[in-house]
Amino acid sequence: MLEILLDATVRAGTPILFATLGAIINERAGIINLGIEGLMLIGALAGFAATQASGSLLIGVLAAFVAALLAGSIHAFITVPLRGNQIVSGLALTMFGIGITALFGRSMVGLTISGFERVAIPGLSQLPIIGKAFFNQDLLIYFSFLLVVAIGFFFYRTRWGLALRTVGENPAAADTCGVPVTLARFLAVTIGSGIVGIGGAYLSLATTPMWIENMTAGRGWIAVALVIFASWSSYRALAGAYLFGGITAMQLRFQAMGTTVSVHILQMMPYFFTILVLVISTIRLQKGSSQQPENLGQPYDREDRK
Amino acid sequence: MKKFVLLALALMLILPQFAATTEANDKKIKAGFIYVGPVGDAGWTYAHDQGRKAMEALPFVGPSTYIESVPEGAESARVITGLVRKGHNLVFTTSFGYMDATLDVAKRNKDVIFMHCSGYKSAENVGNYFGRMYEPRYLSGIVAGKMTKSDILGYVAAFPIPEVIRGINAFTLGVQSVNPKAQVRVVWTQTWFDPGIERDAADSLLDVGADVLAMHQDAPATLQAAEARGAYVIGYNSDMRSFAPNAFLTAPVWNWGPLYSKIAQEVKDGTWKSEAIWAGMEQELVQLAPLNDKVPAEVKRLVEEKTAAIKSGELHPFAGPIKDQNGEVQVAAGSVAADGDLLGMNYFVEGVQGTIPK
Repeated sequence: MLEILLDATVRAGTPILFATLGAIINERAGIINLGIEGLMLIGALAGFAATQASGSLLIGVLAAFVAALLAGSIHAFITVPLRGNQIVSGLALTMFGIGITALFGRSMVGLTISGFERVAIPGLSQLPIIGKAFFNQDLLIYFSFLLVVAIGFFFYRTRWGLALRTVGENPAAADTCGVPVTLARFLAVTIGSGIVGIGGAYLSLATTPMWIENMTAGRGWIAVALVIFASWSSYRALAGAYLFGGITAMQLRFQAMGTTVSVHILQMMPYFFTILVLVISTIRLQKGSSQQPENLGQPYDREDRK
Repeated sequence: MKKFVLLALALMLILPQFAATTEANDKKIKAGFIYVGPVGDAGWTYAHDQGRKAMEALPFVGPSTYIESVPEGAESARVITGLVRKGHNLVFTTSFGYMDATLDVAKRNKDVIFMHCSGYKSAENVGNYFGRMYEPRYLSGIVAGKMTKSDILGYVAAFPIPEVIRGINAFTLGVQSVNPKAQVRVVWTQTWFDPGIERDAADSLLDVGADVLAMHQDAPATLQAAEARGAYVIGYNSDMRSFAPNAFLTAPVWNWGPLYSKIAQEVKDGTWKSEAIWAGMEQELVQLAPLNDKVPAEVKRLVEEKTAAIKSGELHPFAGPIKDQNGEVQVAAGSVAADGDLLGMNYFVEGVQGTIPK
């Protein structure tokens, strides 16, 4: 049972994980992106449409990345060079994503593709308990593992990562050191958005290989909250996404097993944990040990340097 | 002279209004629809939209309008009023939560006819309509009960409201009529529409050994879960076999076209009057989608027999004796559950494993 539960946890958590990772890259550079839900939808539709047309899942994933990257560049353009309000621009991006995917997705409804299949990693997939959950999954899940490590490595072990973190913490200092702040922020927002798009594509290519309007059903907003839970770390993002996925998977399985625990208590759990997590992170914030980028949400203008 | 000019001017102002009203009488029917979801949901709203298109094909019905994804509740009154202002003379509001808003707008627009789906209130110019979905659900239970090998059936259910509970019970009674050993396990998703959660709920039922799934959701995710795991599945809302060509057995489906066409005809003829329509298989408002070829011929024959029996009124899925989960008799032997009891159903029949959240 534990094995099945872990497996379901990973599968339910993966779309949220991609979205959270993308959002972390945005916020590390100091740009809040509330367009995650819209970007996920754009990724989901682009991924499905491209796979439908080409028959290749790889092309689908690439299309999702590129489409969300392009959509994210709108947010980047407004917030970075134009220094517009990040909250407003992000919300607009979500509405834009919901609308445009509904419009262009019309002809995709009811079509089918064959989605991602499980690929067992020889040896490792035989491990007890964790074998099935972590080493007998589809390629996108393996990619998400790599991405978690790669992002962690990038931010804490490379010069470019340090530069990008500085852009989020203190862009004036970064600028003084010769870091191209505008370019760095622009790249962080667009590439982060592209990764969010892959999260959406996971839903339309792996979880349920189809396109339905608004199929992300609010997962983008969970990702926005998980960024705070993860305190802007890719490893804690993995933990957060799996915690959320795991609680959802668990309450459904408790019901299927016919437990007599009240359904209401079971269904309360994900939200209970969300509140708990927010309380803990707020306490940490007050103690001053928060990892929140110092300059998050602030537009940068060289002329305004003090 | 001055007075005459004034009178002429006044007449000129008033006359076009008369002209407009006389014209309205032989004007085509201009229907408007309010949908709760997107027409691309492949389910509930999609089925209504098919009905709208069927009605539009009638010669005396002009191009109709629909507004999709309208939030339920007081907000919807504005959208309904908007349709009325644009000259729609027949308005369909197709979700439970539009009930009060529909009545509210209808009170102020007596010349417009409103039809509200799945509610229980009506007025002089507001009728309500719904279908006896439990009839084809019972039949789909017969198919499921015959096809299961593990004698465990899974049911992915949205919200614990009478409509859904009635469906689960009808399905279970159908299952038990051919396979008394079989049990139906229920998982509540607490959402009408979230493909990810629906898929996971379906997987969780397959994990505990269910080999035939049924569902009351708006997305076809349950079908994909069954297809991926080599199980069977019963759809809902519309014929969704393209999502699960191997797993799909059949589906209880909505067929709004004939009803919508009939209402349009009545409005045109001036014979329309406010009533509460709760039509079933006899009127073809609800149907069972064609069975998969994997269903053995004897089961097909049985389903055909039972279909005929339901249509003729000989068979009622909720004919007694019916016991609830605690073994208490809810419908006595020899009697049939009254419509009022069906509409307010809040217990599970014997054979369902699961609880109704209170």
